[in-house]
Amino acid sequence: MNVDLNKLVAEAHAKNDYDALLSLTPYARLIGIECLRLGDDMVFRLPANRDNIGNPMLPALHGGVIAGFMEHAAMLHLLMFMGIPHLPKIIDFSIDYLRAGHYRDTYAQCQVWRQGRRVANVAITAWQTNQTEPIATARAHFKVDEP
Amino acid sequence: MSDNAIAERAQRFLAALRHCQVLGLSVHHADAGGLTLRLPYSAQIVGNPESGVIHGGAITTLMDTTCGISTVCVLPDFEVCPTLDLRIDYMHPAEPHKDVYGFAECYRVTPNVIFTRGYAYQDDPAQPIAHVVGTFMRMGKPGAQLSGKGGAQ
Repeated sequence: MNVDLNKLVAEAHAKNDYDALLSLTPYARLIGIECLRLGDDMVFRLPANRDNIGNPMLPALHGGVIAGFMEHAAMLHLLMFMGIPHLPKIIDFSIDYLRAGHYRDTYAQCQVWRQGRRVANVAITAWQTNQTEPIATARAHFKVDEP
Repeated sequence: MSDNAIAERAQRFLAALRHCQVLGLSVHHADAGGLTLRLPYSAQIVGNPESGVIHGGAITTLMDTTCGISTVCVLPDFEVCPTLDLRIDYMHPAEPHKDVYGFAECYRVTPNVIFTRGYAYQDDPAQPIAHVVGTFMRMGKPGAQLSGKGGAQ
């Protein structure tokens, strides 16, 4: 498979339809990631899905799914706003769980703190009912210089 | 507790986690020294469609689960232990079409917090694809107050 990611990103921005970009990644389809454009900002959404539950008693989303959602949100954010022509590669990922991720829709937003020639540092915040009460914060480094 | 009892408890713990069933996680080995889980390779967890490499999210789920369930290796009774934090450092990408194994051990148990560490590997545990550390909160036995004496210290 050989996809022109820059073209896909440009088309997605132009049509305000990110489905083609999201469906490119099987894992993103598996957990069900969506994205919404709000002006210059991008908000990522993970709709409530029984298959993403970890703790069956609360019930709560699996912490690994929340982390995977946040990691993928950061990758997409870099693709969409930083003009990277290929998928960024994860170097490290660190997540703090602040509250239980209940069985409901989850949102994430990203902040690129630094993009160098080779490496980008991205902070990700995830929340459910209230953006000021995040369920998790994470930060990741990605390699951005080569396919 | 015998190694068999630890493996059985780990098995029951894992079976209750729905997303782990979706990914097909299974107990590979468990004893008092730590826990190893297996994540089978499948097309649905691919992160890069061009290379076929597994998404970091699936590795994170494997390692969060392995670190979390490794608490049964050191605690005398089952306790719910939510993750406080988790950090993963990627040594190199996973090879496509190969299963990934996650190993974790608890290296410090206090009355309130359990410190775990581990790694993910494919063929050779000495060549890990990722190193992991995770911290877990002790909530005590379901329905019981946590005694001040601590666990397996």
